[in-house]
Amino acid sequence: MFANIARVLAQSSKKSLPLVRSKHSLPDLPYDFNALEPVISAEIMQVHHQKHHATYVNNLNVAEEKLFEAKQRGSVSDQIALTSALKFNGGGHINHSIFWTILCKDGTSEPEGELAEAIKRDFGSYQRMVDLLVATSTGIQGSGWGWLGYNKQLNRLDIVACANQDPLQATTGLHPLFGIDVWEHAYYLQYKNARPDYVKSIFKIANWRKVEELFGKARHD
Amino acid sequence: MSFQLPPLPYDYQVLEPFVDKETMNLHHTKHHQTYVNNLNGATKDSDIVAICQNIKNYPVAVRNNGGGHYNHSLFWKWMAPVGSSNVAPTGTLKEKIEATFGSVDEMKKKFTDAALTRFGSGWAWLGVQKDGSLAISSTANQDNPLMAGVADVEMIPILGLDVWEHAYYLKYQNRRAEYIQQWWNVVNWDEVVKYYDNFASKNNPVPINQ
Repeated sequence: MFANIARVLAQSSKKSLPLVRSKHSLPDLPYDFNALEPVISAEIMQVHHQKHHATYVNNLNVAEEKLFEAKQRGSVSDQIALTSALKFNGGGHINHSIFWTILCKDGTSEPEGELAEAIKRDFGSYQRMVDLLVATSTGIQGSGWGWLGYNKQLNRLDIVACANQDPLQATTGLHPLFGIDVWEHAYYLQYKNARPDYVKSIFKIANWRKVEELFGKARHD
Repeated sequence: MSFQLPPLPYDYQVLEPFVDKETMNLHHTKHHQTYVNNLNGATKDSDIVAICQNIKNYPVAVRNNGGGHYNHSLFWKWMAPVGSSNVAPTGTLKEKIEATFGSVDEMKKKFTDAALTRFGSGWAWLGVQKDGSLAISSTANQDNPLMAGVADVEMIPILGLDVWEHAYYLKYQNRRAEYIQQWWNVVNWDEVVKYYDNFASKNNPVPINQ
């Protein structure tokens, strides 16, 4: 029996195996669903991660598979038709993957080091940066994200709003540092229509150590 | 004369179990009220239909809140408790739907698809175009098909569905498909037929009580 197996294995290794295209997968949360209470409820974290983010991952995989097939068929038109699906779902995957990491139980102390200096230089103070990010995020019409980002060309921090799941870097060139999801699914079960309360509270669970790390990478890589 | 929040034609719980009481309450007393308040702060003009049709002349606050006020004012009328209306379109509208889409079910499929594929916040619409033909479309945020130069498909809406997450999240969470499917149970077809017969078929937008 073992001789047969050995022969089969030897034969198959001579054939060229199909290239296995890697699929995206849902990253684990770095904490339990209830870790961000009372700012973000366990129920929201569970649905947000296991339903919304998971759906973006699944749909991204489907879109990329279709893109691959369209390219194989040589259809430029079909590839172009997939752009929306890639932006929606790819953006959703990128954004949420960052989001989970820039939040943590009870938050951290305020920004330090290089990031603190940059915030002071570009906004005047941490509080003014927060006020601007709160206003920008709260004011988004419909669904989107408010971002603190880094403009590498100008060596400057900036705060912008992105619609829907438009990913910050692909859309604006800014490196994402700290983002606030203001799609209603991010807060509705707990805050209902009170988006400002949610946005202001999120700074209590901000993981500035992670944001400092992202800033360092963006500056020096 | 400023814009006012119209009263609901029914109590908050009457659309249960399809649209829950808490959502109806929040949706009406918070979300729609906020659009009304913000609209009053953003313009002194009072003809909401004319505002929508000329939306390119207005700042974005009017587009968002004026659209929100118009859309929601009709939304409450487009729904009714089960048993209080015909469960399907009748008369000329029924014929028109069948002629355009093949059947009422086919129309509902297309409408459902428009509602499902609107990424982010927005609305799905059934409306009457300038040439009198029926069409289905969706718009982003609080835009509506009256908004010339903004809406992809310009038409007079006679039925609309809110697919902003606030319209369904408390009961359905991410299950928008389920929300849409259940919503068909509370569509007020008598009102939709009225809107077609009295307004849209004559190329007039449906008015709202300001």
